[in-house]
Amino acid sequence: MELDLLTAVTVFVLGVLVGFEVISKVPATLHTPLMSGANSIHGIVVIGAMLITATADGFLGYLLAFLAVAFGFANVVGGYVVTDRMLHMFKARPAAKEGSAS
Amino acid sequence: MTTTETVIRYLFLAAAACFVIGLHLMNSPKTARRGNLLSAAAMAVGIGATAVLLIAEGAITTTGWLVLLAGAAVGSAAGLYLARSVEMTAMPQLVSLFNAVGGGAAALLAVEHLLQAETVHVRETIPGGLDILIGAVTFSGSVVAAGKLQGLIPGRPIVFLGARALNVVLGLVFVGSTAWLVLDEGNLVAMLLLLVAATVFGVTMVLPIGGADMPVVISLLNAFTGTAVAMAGFVLGEVVLIVAGALVGASGAILTKLMADAMNRSITNIILGGFGTGDEAA
Repeated sequence: MELDLLTAVTVFVLGVLVGFEVISKVPATLHTPLMSGANSIHGIVVIGAMLITATADGFLGYLLAFLAVAFGFANVVGGYVVTDRMLHMFKARPAAKEGSAS
Repeated sequence: MTTTETVIRYLFLAAAACFVIGLHLMNSPKTARRGNLLSAAAMAVGIGATAVLLIAEGAITTTGWLVLLAGAAVGSAAGLYLARSVEMTAMPQLVSLFNAVGGGAAALLAVEHLLQAETVHVRETIPGGLDILIGAVTFSGSVVAAGKLQGLIPGRPIVFLGARALNVVLGLVFVGSTAWLVLDEGNLVAMLLLLVAATVFGVTMVLPIGGADMPVVISLLNAFTGTAVAMAGFVLGEVVLIVAGALVGASGAILTKLMADAMNRSITNIILGGFGTGDEAA
C-alpha cells in the first residue's frame, strides 16, 4: 500500500506516546505476563509476513517468505496461549492476587 | 482503493485499537486475562482480514499460497505445542524464544521485500536496514537469553578478550552495510552482511550479562522487536504494523524500566555493566 512518509511518521510518533502512557503502575507479579502479552502483540508482524508471500518469487524469495510466516505464526499463537496460561495461574490463587493488587 | 480494501483497513484500525485497550487491561490482575483475550481476538481478525485481502487482490501465486499455508501450519503447530507443553517455571525462556522468532520474522520480511521490489526508495531502505539490524540482534540475543535461563548456556556473565573491539568492528559494519544498502538500493550482499553482523552482535550483547538479569534483558529485547516491527511497517507501508510495533516498543521500554526498578538495578548498569567488566576481567 502506498503510504506517504509524513503520515507514517505521525502514526509512529503517536503510537510511541500511547505506548508510554498505556503502562501505568503495574504490580510486580504482572510484569512477566505483561511482557508476554506485549510479545504477542508484536506478532502482528505475521500480517507483514503474509503480505510478502504475494511478491515472493524464486527459491530464495519463497524460502524467506516461508520462514517469516512460520516465525510470525509461532510468535502469535504461542505468545497468546502462553500468556493465557500465565494469567490462569492468577485465577487459581485468588489470595495472592488480592495481596499483590493493593 | 476498492471497497474490500477499505473495509479491511478499518478492521486493521479496530485491531490496533483493541491492542491498546487489551494492553491497558493487562495492568490490573482482575482484568488481565480479558485484556489478553481481547488482544488475541483482534490479532485473529487482523490475520483473517489479511487473508481476505490476499484473496481479493488475487496477486498471490499458487506456490505463494502453498508457502503461506505451510508456514502458518508449521508455525502455529510449533507455537501451540511449546506453549501448552512448557513447564510453568520455564515460561520466561519460552517467551524469549517467541520474541526471537518475532524479531527474526521482521528482519526476514525486510530482506524479502527489498530483494523482490522492482523499485526501491530511500524511505524503504533506511527503515529496512534498521529493521534487519534490530530484528537480527533480537533474534540471536533472545535465543542466548533463553539458553541462559534454560541452563544450556552458563548463567554467569561470559566475557572474552577483545569483546569491546569486536563490538566496535560490528558497529562499523552496521553503518557501512546500511550505507551500502541505501546507495545500492536493496543489494543482497549488503543485507546479508548486516544480517550476519547483527546476529553476532546479539550474542556478544547478551553473553556478558548474568542470568539473574535475564528477565529485564528479555523485556528490553521485546521492546526492540516492537521497534523492528514498526520499521517493517515503514518498509511495507502498513499502518497497523507501525501502530502495534510502536506501541510494543514504547510500552516495552517502560516495562523494562519498571522491572529494573523492582530489582533495584538500572538498565544501563545491566547492559553496559556487562561490557564494562568485559575488558577488565579479561
